[in-house]
Amino acid sequence: MFFSAADIFAVLPEMVISGMACLLLLVDLAVPQRKKGLVALLSVISVLAAAFLTFSLTGVDTKAFSGTFVLDDYSAFFKLIFYIVTVFTIFISLRYLKTEEINMGEYYVLMLFSLSGMMVMASGGDLLTIYLGLELTALPIYALVGFLQHDRKSNEAAMKYVILGAFSSAILLYGISLIYGTAGTTDLAAIAEAIRSGKAGGTLFVVGIIMLVAGFGFKIAGFPFHMWAPDAYEGAPTPITAFMSAGPKAAAFAAIMRVFLEALYPAYGSWELAIAAVAVGSMVVGNITAIMQTSLKRMLAYSSIGHAGYALLGVVAGTEEGIAGVMFYMLVYTFMNLGIFAMIIMMRRDGANGDQISHWAGFAKSNKVAALVMLVFLFSLAGIPPTAGFMAKFYVFMALIHKGMIGLAVVAALMSAVAAYFYIRVVMLMYMREPEKEFSLVRSWGIYCVLAVALAAVVVLGIYPDYFVSLANRAAFSL
Amino acid sequence: MVPISWYIAVAAVLFLIGVSGVLMRRNIIVVLMSIELMLNSVNINFVAFSYMLGDMTGQIFSIFTITVTAAEVAVALGILIALVRNRKTFNVDEIDTLKG
Repeated sequence: MFFSAADIFAVLPEMVISGMACLLLLVDLAVPQRKKGLVALLSVISVLAAAFLTFSLTGVDTKAFSGTFVLDDYSAFFKLIFYIVTVFTIFISLRYLKTEEINMGEYYVLMLFSLSGMMVMASGGDLLTIYLGLELTALPIYALVGFLQHDRKSNEAAMKYVILGAFSSAILLYGISLIYGTAGTTDLAAIAEAIRSGKAGGTLFVVGIIMLVAGFGFKIAGFPFHMWAPDAYEGAPTPITAFMSAGPKAAAFAAIMRVFLEALYPAYGSWELAIAAVAVGSMVVGNITAIMQTSLKRMLAYSSIGHAGYALLGVVAGTEEGIAGVMFYMLVYTFMNLGIFAMIIMMRRDGANGDQISHWAGFAKSNKVAALVMLVFLFSLAGIPPTAGFMAKFYVFMALIHKGMIGLAVVAALMSAVAAYFYIRVVMLMYMREPEKEFSLVRSWGIYCVLAVALAAVVVLGIYPDYFVSLANRAAFSL
Repeated sequence: MVPISWYIAVAAVLFLIGVSGVLMRRNIIVVLMSIELMLNSVNINFVAFSYMLGDMTGQIFSIFTITVTAAEVAVALGILIALVRNRKTFNVDEIDTLKG
């Protein structure tokens, strides 16, 4: 194993992020409690620096470190999503951390470490790199979910998340070990080659694939591996809920598409049904259970299970159009989800909070603009045109229809109708009810910035998606 | 010379014991130990396959697995301590504030 300067160049963005995370851990010691905003500022700057490096590395299509690290536009597109998620989360955290009295520098450092894990995951060209990226993403988030040390809900959410996370990693690893044993390699391209030449195959290999489906199913919170998600989402600090519902999910999709559509594509027949089952199950269970929720964070957790189901349909389609569809979906989902969580955080002030759906009753009476913004995000999550959420679903469904999977597309469309019910219920509550008490919103420029950008993105991507869709189409790797 | 199928069988049995431990035992510490069993079965698989194939990747993979697992358990125990400080229980059935 040798590596050259070119290899180092390929991982520069990752090195900047993980290096800065280590450095900030030290800097944090010298920063007084009241001025932790400085750590946040430095984190944002390092993310922007990494974004600049990633930007200057676009158009390069190369493999570094003996093929274990892939640098291409596909990974750059996903890294773009991760940067957006991280910067947005930092912005919406600033005020929240002060309100909750957990204003500590480690918070931002853990987020940077998680970001570096997601980046490695998106660039993984070997099952080993993907596994390491996955763990590096998940470990800091376990700690972040339990960041409200004195809150029982937060402790409990973290405990459940870490146990099920470790459990799913073990299942994933078992699958990887069986695939390694039958294919004789963990390199994604070499696995595809082994399947084509007929070297890899047989029962053990198929069991390995099924284990991979289960392991990744846990990571994206797809049915029947979704049990941890509602608890973890509800108990976690709200900015972290936003972070983990958008970032690691997009990273897991990046890895899923690499593994299933690059390495295991020649064995399409042996996983197609399993993934389709997870997709349909997630859509049905996620959207129907969401109807019964009283907590908004929990409802969004089930909605995110449903969204994972829609996005998985792009993987099931197994075409380049499907890959581009999933990439676009993840971009849109990031904006609308972070937007809606920013709204929830805006409601959090001293005693009051926006966690419960009933807290939103009559919101539109006194806060017309804020209610309108919330309405756009809810419509987008429901997939109502002309918002971005509609376009995202549209491209994934088109990929399915072009593949001739009309049945799946019909189920997905029906489930969208079910989903519309519980999103619009919140809208109805905001506009039709009388307010029970005065609303006092958090005034924070960080939240305003995120809301403005997310709102603009949701509207622009909905009305004029062409540019980003063509970007995703060009970035999608060819099969 | 022990045939490869024996290793795979041992690993599979160990994995199943681990899975049933996670699903059936009620003590969080035992649940974590069961997860360790699952990961150890993975390591057996990797090392056995590595020997069979005459390829180093499997051994490297198992070293990474051991390292990552150590980190994972450290985080899990840290969270467990925070949890036990707030409520004195190790029983998974009593950790039920979040549901629905």
